[in-house]
Amino acid sequence: MNQAVLIEAREGVLGRISDAFLARPKLLTLLLLLPPLLWIGVVYIGSLFALLLQSFYSLDDYSGLIIHEFTLATYLELLQEANLQIILRTVIMAALVTLACAVIAFPIAYYAARYARGWMKALFYLAVMMPLWSSYLVKIYAWKLILAKEGIVTWFASALNLSWLLNGILSIPVIGGPSLSFSYIGTFLVFVYVWLPYMILPTQAALERVPVNFLEASADLGATPRQTFWTVIFPLALPGIIAGSIFTFSLTLGDYIVPTIVGNSRLFIGMAVYTLQGTSGNIPLAAAFTVVPMAIMGVYLWMAKRMGAFDVL
Amino acid sequence: MSFKAKRKRPAGLSLAAVGGLLYLHIPLALIVLYAFTTEDKSFQFPPPGYTAKWFSVAWFDRPDIWPPLYLSLKVAAIATFIALILGTLAGAALSRARFFGRETISLLFVLPIALPGIITGISLRSAFDIMGIDFSIWTIVLGHATFCIVVVYNNAIARFRRLSGNLIEASMDLGANGFQTFRHVILPQIGTALLAGGMLAFALSFDEVIVTTFTAGQQSTLPIWMLSELIRPRQRPVTNVVAVFVIIVTLLPILIAYYLTREGEHIGGASK
Repeated sequence: MNQAVLIEAREGVLGRISDAFLARPKLLTLLLLLPPLLWIGVVYIGSLFALLLQSFYSLDDYSGLIIHEFTLATYLELLQEANLQIILRTVIMAALVTLACAVIAFPIAYYAARYARGWMKALFYLAVMMPLWSSYLVKIYAWKLILAKEGIVTWFASALNLSWLLNGILSIPVIGGPSLSFSYIGTFLVFVYVWLPYMILPTQAALERVPVNFLEASADLGATPRQTFWTVIFPLALPGIIAGSIFTFSLTLGDYIVPTIVGNSRLFIGMAVYTLQGTSGNIPLAAAFTVVPMAIMGVYLWMAKRMGAFDVL
Repeated sequence: MSFKAKRKRPAGLSLAAVGGLLYLHIPLALIVLYAFTTEDKSFQFPPPGYTAKWFSVAWFDRPDIWPPLYLSLKVAAIATFIALILGTLAGAALSRARFFGRETISLLFVLPIALPGIITGISLRSAFDIMGIDFSIWTIVLGHATFCIVVVYNNAIARFRRLSGNLIEASMDLGANGFQTFRHVILPQIGTALLAGGMLAFALSFDEVIVTTFTAGQQSTLPIWMLSELIRPRQRPVTNVVAVFVIIVTLLPILIAYYLTREGEHIGGASK
């Protein structure tokens, strides 16, 4: 674009503006970037700082008003036994959901990357994209239908004479409950369902990049398919799985709608945040709670970057 | 395209892949089935009978559905409009220049969807709180536009990268000014990508609930209406009818966006 100086100057105001920018491409970049950067900077980053600021305020127990003074009392409150349990429960759930998503996603991603061709490939892609993009609430609602006591799971169990198995699972302490839609198992199933596509896409992207001659070389050198899988394919797919896990982990950490609708009403971080800011008006503690997933995700993203997960995104 | 096409497929793998896809799709099919059930008090399976009356009930007898629907459409339209402008500008700037901090800035645009929605929601909520801003349609739009920018940006930057610089140079060398070049050379080439990005942004905003619950106050968008129906159900099949409508409204843009961007690039919203 530097040759532009060789041509005649343009006519009119618009022409002169164009010439000015041609001579200074950096200025044009800056001018293009300014509005979106201002928006994200002011609206989003600004709000994040407002949140951080709130977490250093505290709530007056008697008046219920927020005291606008710097204090670490709210963070100390976060360390209470009950609150730590909420955090631990959420992190365990997020880890299990991530693991299950990885296991279920892998065969789909592997099949799509290795065997699907032409229209099959498009079909696989759409079959993953459509559930990913269809309404989040509708997906949760679908599971409310499935897991309800009078719903399809119970019906199938009795049709197959497996009611004893279902009742046995539901009577397991901690993870069981009166019905699947009021148990940790239910919460877990719905989480896995809603975040699964986020795991499939990056895993598939990583698998697409595995060169076929690596596999041939591995086989030629006498490796069994199992050895090829664990020493060649899996390590090369790992960045993709980690990239997917960023989504499944982070989304589970912050969600409050799934455990509200399907679950045993024990709190997760998201639900705690929602109730604290809403009914009890304790925005400082709610803010301090959200700092937890932010900090966890900060560490997680840093580790993921080191393992090369960002190249697949 | 690195794997060979003709290879024996292990039966276990095919089974796991098909099973996984069924797991993804059966629940959505059930939503449609239950829109036709005659039982409105529980989720009895199999439905005791089938009827289409809930469609007319939803249309004629439930005036509480319409205001949230209008609000959702309005919010999605405005948020998409803002995201289209800002996302395109960001895509144009970051595709053409290399400078220090470029990676950080692109991470900044992705952040609103990489971090859990609840963080975006409560952040905005506490910012409104500190600045004394009252809830209105604009507080909802503010949140939605923020996470819609990235969808447009992803589509725009992918297309800008494929855009040949020679054409722009030729246009400018032949005497067109920057605006004429944009109108006649750049816009026709990025048009479909912007349309695709805009549709994805619209679908994303139309469906969003987590951020919205923090920025809406007493207002009700369609997802918020649905959430309250999930917590306190009235006529369950009516919720299904609305759910079927929502599936169609969100899926059509996705299919069109896929069609518009299917050559070469993967769809920009791959990471929602």
